Amino acid sequence: MSDVILTDIKKKPLSFTLPVVGAAGAFAGLFVGTAQGSGLLGIVIGGLLLAAIAYLVIEVLNHTQERKAKYGILALFLLAGYLFGGLPGLVVGGLFGWFFSWFVYWVGEGRYRAKLPPYLTSGQVLWHFSFRVLCGAIFVFLITPILVVMPLSFNAENFFTFTPEMLHFDPAGYSLRHYRNFFNSNEWQSALKNSLMIAPAATILSVSFGTLAAIGLSQPHVPFRRAIMAILISPMIVPLIISAAGMYFFYSRIGLQGTYLGVILAHAALGIPFVIITVTATLVGFDRSLTRAAANMGANPVTTFFRVQMPLILPGVISGGLFAFITSFDEVVVVLFVGSANQQTLPWQMFTGLREQISPTILAVATILVGVSICLLTVVEILRRRSERLRGMSPG
Amino acid sequence: MNFTKTLLATTALTVVAGGAFAQEMANSMTIVSWGGAYQNSQQKAYSEPYVAMHPEVSVTWDESSNEAVAKLRAMNEAGNITWDLVDVVAADAIRLCDEGLAMEYDPEELLAPGDDGSSAADDFGDLIVSDCYIPQIVYSTTFGYRTDMVPEGVEPPSQICDVFDLDKYPGKRALEKRPINNMEWALLCDGVAKDEVYDVLETAAGQDQALAKLDTIKDSVIWWSAGADTPQLLADGEVFMGSTYNGRLYSVIEEQNQPVAMMWDAQVFDLDGWIIPTGLPEDRLARVKDFVKYATDTKRLADQANYISYGPARASSAPLVPEDMKQHMPTDPANAENTFLYNYSFWADYRDDIDAKFQSWLAQ
Repeated sequence: MSDVILTDIKKKPLSFTLPVVGAAGAFAGLFVGTAQGSGLLGIVIGGLLLAAIAYLVIEVLNHTQERKAKYGILALFLLAGYLFGGLPGLVVGGLFGWFFSWFVYWVGEGRYRAKLPPYLTSGQVLWHFSFRVLCGAIFVFLITPILVVMPLSFNAENFFTFTPEMLHFDPAGYSLRHYRNFFNSNEWQSALKNSLMIAPAATILSVSFGTLAAIGLSQPHVPFRRAIMAILISPMIVPLIISAAGMYFFYSRIGLQGTYLGVILAHAALGIPFVIITVTATLVGFDRSLTRAAANMGANPVTTFFRVQMPLILPGVISGGLFAFITSFDEVVVVLFVGSANQQTLPWQMFTGLREQISPTILAVATILVGVSICLLTVVEILRRRSERLRGMSPG
Repeated sequence: MNFTKTLLATTALTVVAGGAFAQEMANSMTIVSWGGAYQNSQQKAYSEPYVAMHPEVSVTWDESSNEAVAKLRAMNEAGNITWDLVDVVAADAIRLCDEGLAMEYDPEELLAPGDDGSSAADDFGDLIVSDCYIPQIVYSTTFGYRTDMVPEGVEPPSQICDVFDLDKYPGKRALEKRPINNMEWALLCDGVAKDEVYDVLETAAGQDQALAKLDTIKDSVIWWSAGADTPQLLADGEVFMGSTYNGRLYSVIEEQNQPVAMMWDAQVFDLDGWIIPTGLPEDRLARVKDFVKYATDTKRLADQANYISYGPARASSAPLVPEDMKQHMPTDPANAENTFLYNYSFWADYRDDIDAKFQSWLAQ
């Protein structure tokens, strides 16, 4: 539908274009002005400047000269940015110029209405776009802290600081030393080894127990299904610190505290709820007559499970397993209690490192972990789509 | 009859002798410390040479000294002591000793005599502030400031009262989020004589006076709680000056080459050292004792000063500290013109009250 023009567009009156573009300019000016020391001045200059540009481009040049005018605006912002802030200013100016060269025409020529139904009132049109801006703002709010970490991890200094060299895109301000430090330091490597040992083991346990529990609990004849389900899912709901303290005292008594087995069991308990929930969800779409058909043809329950049921619920099992893996891989509270220094995992190492010595190695590790998490979530999403397609729930 | 007696006696003797001479030592140790540059210096000076001598020993470091008191309590309750040796500040050691969580020891038996022939008790002297405490180093809490943020035409700050002078030295300050040290400094800069500080601080009026003085800079204070905070804030240029441990500042200045300088005036000395948890099994205790005897001898303590600018706790180690490190030591005469010693007995008695007052003042 992207190319369909639903509403005829026409040029907007200046009394509309100038205030709207001016307001957008004032908003941008607020940020630039604050960064330069005076927010108020920034608002005024930004508003006036953009209103003037809009007048010039829409009224004087009109849309026949659109391409030239756009390049003109871009060049203007690039130059202004460069004069104000050197190389970093150039980049910021370029972004602003690119946006406003499009925005001025989008508003001034009334193009924003093109893809909306003609019967919408202006209030509805306004809401349509503010909704999108709001969603975008929330997205930015959520993702920025993670994005800020990534360039900082290439810091050449030993602090969490954007040095002047980094802001000037000077290669000397960047280095891979924190990544090297991660791969060369014994502490980090043993933490990585521990994490890579504990997380898969805990995942295998949670997947086996979680899948069996989900299949059992989906049988209609099992008594107290809801109660059992609630208990199995409780590690997800009970505050982690409470589970952790309880596990600490219990595991100490039976000699599991400070052992790998103890940490693996604790993490498996945390991972089981994820597996139960995802597998139960896939079982909803599972046709029970298939197991009866298999039994009818002489397959015993174990064969039926592995040959018939398992392949069909596999996507749920795998995505549950991935969640269990990430839970264990990211977990810090329980391992602080149940583990001892020998079982120090990556999150534990990051936690103590962050408190005792704020070293950007933590950021390097965080960046790597974010990468790993993104890969895992992509796999989950692909599996989910595949499972929907197989069950005919989406056209794929 | 006689024969049986003799047999019994010899058996008993063999058992005793065996126990005394070939005492079983555990081959792994978990040592708890603070992480960072400090733990690094301990590894270089103590555990690495020790493991080189005893290759069968494996040492695990746990960076949990911050919550050592709470964790030792939990371990004691759970009856499962997983730590063998714990590095704590003196105030924590006194608490742990009072609660019976740290083991009392005999300096002459556990510690090696000094290289200069003095007995261990004399060599450590007054620094053994508790029967459970094996001191390692003397450190100080003092101020550092950004040299590039000193206003033009003004002398760089050098007195403790410069911290309270916002007119002359505008900018943010980093102070520790607890009353200890801050209250003393505030009174000192409010006209109280140094030897009267604790007399004044005993009274409610004196505490209010200290808080009123802190109130004058409250809006410009960023409160820190971990030793790494102030170095980060200084490196960021977020603060103009800030208090932290002198070794952290040394690392910022000498190793990270940040534009930061020391301000030694009214630095507060404190101790850091080992405690051995109570309730260790025989073999682990034997190993820890062997390690402690080695790690706290004159040479090892002096060697630690090669890696961090904290003063060794033994008098006999002082002459062995390398020359270029001496100027960074808090105990160097040039730096120690005006100093405090952390007043353990005062803060043991008044900490809870003043803490409550301080926290409610912070929240105002």
